[in-house]
Amino acid sequence: MEQLFAAFPGPLPLTQLYGKAGFYLISLLIGIAFGYTLEIGGFGKSTKLAAQFYFTDMTVFKVMFSGIIVAMVLVFGASALGWLDYSRVFVNPTYLWPGVVGGLIMGVGFVVGGFCPGTSLVALATFKKDGIAFVLGLSVGIFLFGENIDALFSRFWNSSNLGRLTLMDLFQLPAGVLVFFIVMMALALFWLVEYVEDQVNGRQDRSKQLKGKLVGAAAISLVALFVMMKGQPTVADKWQLIADGEQKRLDQRDVQIAPAEMLEFIENDLVRTRLIDVREESDFNLFHIIDAERIELAQLPRLAEKEYLQEPANTLFIVMSNDESAATEAWKILRAQSIENVYILENGINGWLDTFSELIIESDPLSGDLPVPSKRLTSVEDDGLRYVFPAALGSNYSVSDPDLHEYEFEFTPKVKMKVKKAAGGG
Amino acid sequence: MISTHSKMEKPYTNPYLTGAILGLVLFMAFLLTGSGLGASGPLNRVLVYIEDIIAPQHINNTPYLIPMAGGDTNPLDNAFVFLTLGILIGGFLSGLFNHRLSFITNKGPRITEKTRWSMAFLGGILMGYGARFARGCTSGQGLSGGAVLSVGSWVFLLAVFAGAYGVAHLLRRLWT
Repeated sequence: MEQLFAAFPGPLPLTQLYGKAGFYLISLLIGIAFGYTLEIGGFGKSTKLAAQFYFTDMTVFKVMFSGIIVAMVLVFGASALGWLDYSRVFVNPTYLWPGVVGGLIMGVGFVVGGFCPGTSLVALATFKKDGIAFVLGLSVGIFLFGENIDALFSRFWNSSNLGRLTLMDLFQLPAGVLVFFIVMMALALFWLVEYVEDQVNGRQDRSKQLKGKLVGAAAISLVALFVMMKGQPTVADKWQLIADGEQKRLDQRDVQIAPAEMLEFIENDLVRTRLIDVREESDFNLFHIIDAERIELAQLPRLAEKEYLQEPANTLFIVMSNDESAATEAWKILRAQSIENVYILENGINGWLDTFSELIIESDPLSGDLPVPSKRLTSVEDDGLRYVFPAALGSNYSVSDPDLHEYEFEFTPKVKMKVKKAAGGG
Repeated sequence: MISTHSKMEKPYTNPYLTGAILGLVLFMAFLLTGSGLGASGPLNRVLVYIEDIIAPQHINNTPYLIPMAGGDTNPLDNAFVFLTLGILIGGFLSGLFNHRLSFITNKGPRITEKTRWSMAFLGGILMGYGARFARGCTSGQGLSGGAVLSVGSWVFLLAVFAGAYGVAHLLRRLWT
């Protein structure tokens, strides 16, 4: 149990905690709860589902949207309190047009067949004959897709991929504000669909269980209001949550890797390296290590969430600045954003040049464009470039991509690749 | 008709209460596993599993199927398969406790059972194809993605309702 609480914030590494069997057992239990809930709501009965489209019984809409808003306030509420790490939660990637086309086909299928996939499983489990026929059809449809997608529509199916795109990105609003707005919208829509139901059925059901409905509406509004007022954790907040352990790793210099270790990983084909250079553009243009990307510190939190978290597990991130100050800031940001396998280039670009530039001259005396140590060596401020370069050649210097295979370097290996699989979708 | 049906079927739970429980289950799924709920993906895996027994070579030659069952990969070795199995068990248990297990066909008053079955089969084909096209069904894409505010999931939900309301009047004979 203690181990379980130590694993928070969620999502929890279930496989690590309880093994694959434990993970699958928990999935089974979640599935049982899901199936049970669908059945008690009447989702095993096709006539009740289809009534949604003739305005006589809007149960589908009510259940789906109350499910969405309850899960939403809980997800963002837990995230606001630091119990759940939203950046590691699976957000369905947006493939805009395939989603629209698939959705339209499904809408037609819903009216023709009277179920959607999940509800048809519940109908089957409660022996409804139309549910059984639907599941057979469902299997045929899925089979047909698997058989012809590559041949027919693969280009369209993979088009308009916008990645992990959220409503926060789209509307440029904080999550809490959207959460509150969506809850208000849902409550208004619930009132509207009940009004429509009453009009179509010629009844006055709206006033039934009015007290319960109002209590529910008030409760979710209050929680949504709390989520909005509390706000989502900033990068600094997230760093505070992990600062105890992580600051120790920094202080003990567990994460500052020697230039030679970094060179080894650049040349290792089994590991993807992403070299993140957080220096000023002028320094970067003067000199940088081959394949390094220049990133502003301010861009890092967003890049981490949208891009780095999606990288395969064998990706090693190395951040660098001229010395270590800015790189250390970058490291903290990436760690706060839950990126694994992040290291700092020890003593930065200056350290890299200290280690390799003389060897390069030695191994290739003909390279005439080599940087020479600056005369300002001592007076350079912290995290300043201590070398002068004859021209802004970027990564065209030999020492940007040193070929020093005949040399043996001594260093303390520090990189320990952690393999963490990101959550996927169903 | 099996014996449990002879007792009175219990009425369905209030939709908002059902929704609240559903939301809680969905939240637990996110908190524990990091992913939401799903139903169409695992069915795909079961099919691919059978296909892999019959024609493994074919799987290895179809790019879409390789990640699921190419080479030695077992398509059933996936948490979502267990989640789907759970949906069946959970649905059955609720049917059992609430006396709703019954071999019946739910249909509109104007069509025969046979018409209902063929339409259910046809609708199933559309649903299965559409759900794979949209990379998830109403649960996996709509409900789960909607709750974590994915743009694609909200657009998808609008498309599902648009598609359904677009043909509902035309097909009213099936249900009214």
